[in-house]
Amino acid sequence: MARALINFPSPVPRGAVIDIRTLFEHVMETGYRYGVDGKAIPRDIVERFVCLFDGEVVFEATLHPAIAANPYFAFPLRAEKSGELAFAWTDGKGARHVETARLVVTG
Amino acid sequence: MARNAEMTRSNGPAATRRAALSGLALIAVPRLARATPEERDAALAQFLAGRAPQRGRVTIDAPALVENGNSAPVTIRVDSPMTAQSHVTRIALFNEKNPQPQVAEFRLSPRNGRAEVSTRMRLATTQFITAAAEFNDGTVAVDSFEVIVTIAACTEE
Amino acid sequence: MRFPLAGLAFVAATAALAQAPKRSGFEDMSPATQAMQRDDAANPGLFFALDGKAAFARVEGAAGRSCADCHGADGGGLKGVAARYPAFDERSGAPVDLAGRVEICRREHQQAPAWPRESRPMLAMTAYLGLISRGAAMAPPDDPRLATARERGRALFTTRLGQLDLACAQCHDDNAGRRLGGALIPQGHVNNYPAYRLEWQAVGSLQRRIRNCMTGVRAEPFPAGAAELIELELWLAERSRGLPVETPSVRP
Ligand code: HEC
Ligand code: HEC
Repeated sequence: MARALINFPSPVPRGAVIDIRTLFEHVMETGYRYGVDGKAIPRDIVERFVCLFDGEVVFEATLHPAIAANPYFAFPLRAEKSGELAFAWTDGKGARHVETARLVVTG
Repeated sequence: MARNAEMTRSNGPAATRRAALSGLALIAVPRLARATPEERDAALAQFLAGRAPQRGRVTIDAPALVENGNSAPVTIRVDSPMTAQSHVTRIALFNEKNPQPQVAEFRLSPRNGRAEVSTRMRLATTQFITAAAEFNDGTVAVDSFEVIVTIAACTEE
Repeated sequence: MRFPLAGLAFVAATAALAQAPKRSGFEDMSPATQAMQRDDAANPGLFFALDGKAAFARVEGAAGRSCADCHGADGGGLKGVAARYPAFDERSGAPVDLAGRVEICRREHQQAPAWPRESRPMLAMTAYLGLISRGAAMAPPDDPRLATARERGRALFTTRLGQLDLACAQCHDDNAGRRLGGALIPQGHVNNYPAYRLEWQAVGSLQRRIRNCMTGVRAEPFPAGAAELIELELWLAERSRGLPVETPSVRP
């Protein structure tokens, strides 16, 4: 069972630039390591991370094996109105993990 | 710390580690598949697409020394008002000595309000990391920063 | 210990540092790694602690009980428990560490299948019990029935082990604060397990950490759950008396 931690301030005044921080549980196996049996451990990485606000992409990352295990991303967002933030991590096999959270904007 | 210690980083086969542990000649250790500064340059060139990069507009904020190459915090800041008229569209991060030169690529827009992204990356060994940014007017900028990686003691293999 | 010979010069040094004030391994980490531990939003150890929190409230086993049914919601009366282990177990007449104690409750009070020591659910539950003990000062029980085992742990701590012929105490008492290869030798405290170790890229137990140090001196590590490891844990907890619980911590 994968887990994600999402952190951002809310409620916030209109126009504020907030920091959104995300941590996703994933081994990010590089494909360049070898097991004790001498066989290469198959690559298993998150390849794409997106953050959407009310369905519109507001941040996007393409990941390579050099991203550390349990990928961490922090990025800013200008809070213009209240709405739904969605976060999606997609791995190399197409499996997708989605989290949603509500951003409340005042004023 | 011996420079060759890099060979025992976690991107290597278990056998590599054992060889180093035995305390025998480090030169006997097989070389791993690893990107070269040339490959980094090629990946960067692809991003720059023939445009001459500016200096000073992109800044890498990372520790000068990390205790374990499995996780180094990196923040990239770009000097940009992030308005509809003037903003960053892409930021890419590269390395020169991991198996692959690319680390990540980020897409931003005026919605971000500020041009900044943080992540944590792997470093196979002490090396330069390079960040590049592309602006909506088509200009590009780069910055490079050296991170020294020390070697963990008392590990599993 | 990837530089078996480079690091050995210090062994001739005196034990002058042994009297140094107690310092959590946290103090010996780089600012970046400290920041990762301080910030729960950036610490992957929290994934485990949150799993443990969920498991604490879940009914499991033939007895149809959750941990919370007996111990109270949100950890209830178990806050601070991680600072008091290992402790003496009446039934077996032997010391048990926190994982051992959880196992007893699973077996006897829940009649639920065992959680192997380094398994995700056991690490998660002990990480959770550590999380609800955060800040509590390490206070190993003064139970006289633990004295013999603790003394054995102390003896083990000062016994030279492995092909490198080094005792735990030579590094962690006599040479704490010095460098071994690139790594700073910490005092070797245990107020912070399970921990997310960057080297593991995962959460692991104190026993796993001790086993790593044994491999480091090229000794055959004691198997998980071995009496020797519990004895070492008893002595290590005594050495850490007074330090605040940091679980789930981050370590290099
Ligand atoms: C049916 C009731 C019951 C359930 C269910 C139960 N316990 Fe317990 N637990 C006890 C009792 C009673 C004790 C006191 C010691 C004893 O068993 O003799 C105890 C002791 C403990 C202790 C030691 C407390 C101390 O201060 O030393 C811990 C830790 C603990 N339980 C954790 C758990 C966890 C985690 C679970 C769920 C996986 C759990 N228990 C499930 C009844 C229960
Ligand atoms: C050769 C020196 C050396 C010896 C001998 C040694 N250790 Fe360590 N130990 C270290 C170093 C170095 C670290 C920190 C590793 C790192 O951060 O990469 C460490 C870490 C630890 C930690 C973790 C501390 C924390 O803050 O989380 C514990 C506990 C520990 N050792 C216990 C032991 C025990 C028990 C023994 C004996 C069986 C032992 N060590 C033997 C060098 C040693």
